[in-house]
Amino acid sequence: MTHRTPILALGLLLAAAGIAQAQETPVAVRGARIIPISGPEIENGVLVVHRGKITAVGDARTAIPRGATLIDGRGKVLMPGLVDTHSHIGGGDGGDASAAMHPDVRILDAIDPRSDTFRKARTGGITTVNVMPGSGHLMSGQTVYLKLRDADRIVDMLPDKTMDSIYGGLKMANGTNSLRGTGPFPGTRGRQTAMQRGIFIRAQEYMAKENPPRDLQMETMVEVLQGKRIVHFHTHTHFDILTVLRLVEEFKFRAVLHHVSDAAMVAEEIAAAGVQSSIIAIDAPGGKVEAINLSYSAGAALEKAGADVSYHTDDGVTDSRFFLRSAAFGVRAGMSRAKALEAVTLAGARMLDMAHRVGSLEVGKDADFILLSGDPLSVYSVVEQTWIEGSKVFDRADPKQKPFFTGGYEVFRGEGFFHSCYHD
Amino acid sequence: MLNESAPMKASILLLSIILFAVSAQAQTYAVKGERVYTVSGRMIPNGVVLVKDGTIERVGTAAQVRIPDGYAVTEAKVVTPGFIDARNTVGISGHLNVPADQDQLERSSPFQPELRAIDAYNARERLVEYVRELGITTIHTGHGPGALASGQTMIVKTAGGTVNEALIDSVTMVAFTLGTSVSGNYSSPGTRSKQVAMLRAEFLKAREYMAKENPVRDLKMDIMARVLRREVRALFTVQQATEIQSALRLQREFGFDLVLDGAAEAYLMLADIQAAGVPVLVHPPMMRTYGEGRNATLTLASELHKAGIPFAFQAGFEGYVPKTRIVHFEAAIALQSGLPFDAALTAITLGSARILGIDARVGSLEAGKDADLALFDGEPFEYTTRTVAVMVNGSWVSNQAR
Repeated sequence: MTHRTPILALGLLLAAAGIAQAQETPVAVRGARIIPISGPEIENGVLVVHRGKITAVGDARTAIPRGATLIDGRGKVLMPGLVDTHSHIGGGDGGDASAAMHPDVRILDAIDPRSDTFRKARTGGITTVNVMPGSGHLMSGQTVYLKLRDADRIVDMLPDKTMDSIYGGLKMANGTNSLRGTGPFPGTRGRQTAMQRGIFIRAQEYMAKENPPRDLQMETMVEVLQGKRIVHFHTHTHFDILTVLRLVEEFKFRAVLHHVSDAAMVAEEIAAAGVQSSIIAIDAPGGKVEAINLSYSAGAALEKAGADVSYHTDDGVTDSRFFLRSAAFGVRAGMSRAKALEAVTLAGARMLDMAHRVGSLEVGKDADFILLSGDPLSVYSVVEQTWIEGSKVFDRADPKQKPFFTGGYEVFRGEGFFHSCYHD
Repeated sequence: MLNESAPMKASILLLSIILFAVSAQAQTYAVKGERVYTVSGRMIPNGVVLVKDGTIERVGTAAQVRIPDGYAVTEAKVVTPGFIDARNTVGISGHLNVPADQDQLERSSPFQPELRAIDAYNARERLVEYVRELGITTIHTGHGPGALASGQTMIVKTAGGTVNEALIDSVTMVAFTLGTSVSGNYSSPGTRSKQVAMLRAEFLKAREYMAKENPVRDLKMDIMARVLRREVRALFTVQQATEIQSALRLQREFGFDLVLDGAAEAYLMLADIQAAGVPVLVHPPMMRTYGEGRNATLTLASELHKAGIPFAFQAGFEGYVPKTRIVHFEAAIALQSGLPFDAALTAITLGSARILGIDARVGSLEAGKDADLALFDGEPFEYTTRTVAVMVNGSWVSNQAR
């Protein structure tokens, strides 16, 4: 018993050193068709990553450092890790029924970093995700941007592995989900918007004070007013979308529209306001009255209008494993291939203020990439490997890992958060 | 048309009459495809399907089949039989998802096999149009899962303005469910064992009813007797292995014709299912892996195929968003996880028709069968391929690229 302790301690030390100096050996993928997103596709390309960052990306002539671990990418497609701008994986939740607005509530405090939903998402190629509280509130709480690294502590999944910088947005919602008409909840859209305007006005007053007493709600709202924290705004119908645009105009905060079911009807207005949209590909319209006009053509309409558009899973409404389907269905309904692929990568990164870190294959960015068996828009293609910051976090060839894609007996333990965003 | 003049109205009326006359009379079409999947036979490169008076007249290569004069020619990259969804609730449950359009589950009591699907089907429901435009021409729809017996199912074409126009078979199966969802919908049965006990009691009652010479007419027992006489099959929605075993036990005890529905954990008991000779309407592969579907796999269809167990794909029932799944989108996911192309296509056409007992009419491109066709601008399972035209009973019902 006693002689085992030093060995165990040494092991822990080595493990700690491994975490601190991640990926000492460069990794190079050769021969794949590379889709950098930020530039044209490269046949027979080379990607080199070292110490968690991309150090080179280019054609076959790109220099590969001596001693690099080589990965054969011939016949495969390599692209950035996918960015999901709206998901409910990780088992977290937001505000309770005591109020309709909870800017002080952090979903981070409720997420299980060991949740199998994270492992499942990685099999679909997702490496960065905005985990949101639900939409049954006008303001259900702070969202969290996670990189799907292996971690014991949720903080180790934050982009900078620290809570000192902004690491999430603020979830807001309008439309029917919060129209409960009981207790602190509004019963009409007019009341809903008045309540949302009210909290912004209070925040403006708080911000104007010198040394105000600490107020967790107001501190978050000030970050929103200062443009440091993005509002992720659930909204479906064309008139609810325009309500969000009016709020943005009045209070000058940064908002990303989420779901945006009627996008095609007000695409010009969205583009003119310079507001970004995070949309979802759903296989049939309806299921709730606000979504009866939902169609695959939202992406094409927004692209045509010149608006920035990303896709999200809203997992469990759609499944993280099939996130690439979204881009493909965008193309099916008229989106360009380039914009559709950008919509599951770089556009999403922009909407999380993470475009300097993720979303494209560029030197200096995080080494987050996926290796696909074929074209990303084909049903016949699967994600073979997912890498985050130079570490392989999913390998389909490993029989222990593959079930996180295919499922099986007692593979998935977590219960889903399904009726979250379209419903309460 | 704010200010429609009388002559204008008249001309619109006249036009409508002419259009109707055209659709009723000009019933000869030639559909050409770069790849024509007959399903019953080999794929025909550069194939032609001749359609006359609502049925398929002839199928062959362009070299074999001369297109007679007067046949309107349509061309597409790919032509397949119209797809069949082996189990959904479309038309019984509507897209709005409000009480007024949700008739798939009556919650007043957990055992109501007498409820007829024809009494609730809305042929003009938006979801019917939606699946039709995507190439789904036949659906086995009706009462949903969630009750010991929720009611009956039926088979319809997705065209036609009324249930009578759409109907293929008015009473196809009785929808039974075992599992935790039933106990969530009713105060009793509250446990799995109670569910089985209650069903056994009903089957015993039906036996007694059948044994009587002039029984007092009982709608529940009428349909249960038809199930016991094997005139109507029992569709058991069962996801977990425990429930699959219960369904197989009930089938052995009472001798009805069983069809398994969902069967998420069927991979745990392939041999038993094979031995029972029971077909499986496999759950949508993209089924959420929560609750009773927690152990669902993307590979079940592939395993059933390897085991030689007859199976078909279905959209199933969805309580929320999306309000229905799309059967060939689901089959595509099984294809991605190893199901061969031909098996996937068969499981949404002829294989499905065989299980449903309608293969004499639909499911393949063969002379004499109903002219139900789906046309595509590429490989039919590809995400980016669009359905470009759909024909039901020899009439074009969609020319919208979807």
